[in-house]
Amino acid sequence: MRLRTLELSKTYEKKYKALENLSLDLNMNGIFSVIGRNGAGKTTFVRILSTELLPTSGKGFINEVDVVEDAETVRQDIAVVPQEARPLPWLTPLQTVSSYLMWRGYSYRESNEKGKEALRELGLEGKEGQKSRKLSGGQKRKLMVATVIASEAPVIFLDEPTTGLDYLSRKELWQLLSRMKKDRLIILTTHYLEEAETLGDQIMILDKGKLVDIGGIDDLRSKVKLPYVLKVHSENFRIEEDDVQVHNVSDKETFVYGSASKIYGLIPYLVTNKMKFTVEEASLSSIFEQYLGTDEDEEENEEKNW
Amino acid sequence: MRRKMKRRIGSQIMASILVNSIYAMINYPVVLVNTLLAPLAILAVVTFASRGALLPVAAVGALIMNMVSSGTSLQQDLSHLKNDMRLQDMIVSSPTSSLVYIIGMAISEIVYSIPTIAFLIVLNAIFVKITLLGGFILFLDMATIFTFSISLGFFLSTFTSDIIQSWGFSGILSPLLTTIPPVYYPITYIPYPYRYLAYLSPTTYASEIAQSQTGFYNPGTSGFAIAWIVLLGITAALTYLALKRSRWREI
Ligand SMILES: Nc1ncnc2c1ncn2[C@@H]1O[C@H](COP(=O)(O)OP(=O)(O)OP(=O)(O)O)[C@@H](O)[C@H]1O
Ligand SMILES: [Mg+2]
Repeated sequence: MRLRTLELSKTYEKKYKALENLSLDLNMNGIFSVIGRNGAGKTTFVRILSTELLPTSGKGFINEVDVVEDAETVRQDIAVVPQEARPLPWLTPLQTVSSYLMWRGYSYRESNEKGKEALRELGLEGKEGQKSRKLSGGQKRKLMVATVIASEAPVIFLDEPTTGLDYLSRKELWQLLSRMKKDRLIILTTHYLEEAETLGDQIMILDKGKLVDIGGIDDLRSKVKLPYVLKVHSENFRIEEDDVQVHNVSDKETFVYGSASKIYGLIPYLVTNKMKFTVEEASLSSIFEQYLGTDEDEEENEEKNW
Repeated sequence: MRRKMKRRIGSQIMASILVNSIYAMINYPVVLVNTLLAPLAILAVVTFASRGALLPVAAVGALIMNMVSSGTSLQQDLSHLKNDMRLQDMIVSSPTSSLVYIIGMAISEIVYSIPTIAFLIVLNAIFVKITLLGGFILFLDMATIFTFSISLGFFLSTFTSDIIQSWGFSGILSPLLTTIPPVYYPITYIPYPYRYLAYLSPTTYASEIAQSQTGFYNPGTSGFAIAWIVLLGITAALTYLALKRSRWREI
């Protein structure tokens, strides 16, 4: 599957820039995680590529078909769970999934069979006959995901599908997405960076409508200044070093972010003082902070210069 | 390939009917009488106030009102599905086209009001004297006003962004199109120059056509023809607008 955009921009009501000159070219199957703060433009990105919203300028292609000019063709191949989509309260879960499949063109019988199967996969089989309004918030989210998964569309957009899911349900969904991703492209937006990291074969960071960076987790890590983290478990650990970032997690635990040479330089001291420690690669959340943190610092500097 | 296409469109239309009427009716049977109340209430008032003289007019008027209500309910239903449920986003991004969606939803509104329509047809059969040709003309008249209101409802719904706005539209439309114009009473009851105002509403033309068949108004051949021309003209224009200018995909 291929996803390509060219200088894609969206300005709402001639004022609010939600997306600015976004260009990317992905040729992959698997999961494409899109992360960014509230208002970064994730939903706007998803809605334009899923043919729900017109861009202000620029182009978008799914498998090289233009999402503006040839939306009908694109729509054969995509399925979307919008960020705020909810199941209709007067339908049962099975009616919810099967009616969506019928809108996609499956017959009534096929839709019911596929619907039952998808509900089973997401652990909703006991609920298929009762009205959706009786489902919990997390079960409703799962139902929406079941709906598009059942469709067998090769390109799937999930806008924050796991918000509100409990930890175990989220992991169940991860397993399911990992199982289905082999011959599909799943565009997933999320605020859970652990999720974006675990699932994302490619990760895109958006900020204020601009593309900050895009790549696999190792690519992104290799570009930040502090790609390693030293976790020290000791009450007596104090550090005064340049070019590292220190987080006092608690009085017993300190995280030190730094480059490989900086971190390894600290180890002899820890060993001599018999302090417990581990060294890890920085997680996506610390990479994310570094990407967006530096951005804000620059802005502050700019402001001071005025 | 052709047959597959046809079957697919059949499925898509069926999905709208199931979701918007049949499942709602099965899961909440109380909605079965939902659409009956408003036309019945006005029908009763007009009938009693005229000591029964206007019952035939009001019975046909109630049918017209039902057709118009289908449009305003469509507008409300679509706004709800679009703005509160985000269902329309899922439909827009699916292979269902706006035309197929609106056809399915339009039929669903008819299905939804089947109990009401059945009741009103029985009432008309008992109290309204009409020729076979007249009955056929009445049917065409109803079909046209239905198309008009469905197009209007769809057109408006694509512009609403929340439910309050949508209530606003339907709250305005219903009295303007059905309660005030001569739908439940003969047009001759309105003195000039106010009668000209009545001609601003397309339902007035539909009503003229209906009343000419039930014997309550005689517009003459040319008046009858003009009523049809205007009604069809407005309906065609609005249907065109609904299909071409409604905001299926957001900007
Ligand atoms: N319909 C709209 N009209 C005007 N502005 C909008 C509209 N939709 C979004 N915006 C603005 O565009 C920007 C990007 O919004 P978007 O919904 O794409 O962000 P997001 O990354 O999905 O945020 P979140 O994580 O909160 O879902 C925001 O500043 C938002 O206020
Ligand atoms: Mg969003």
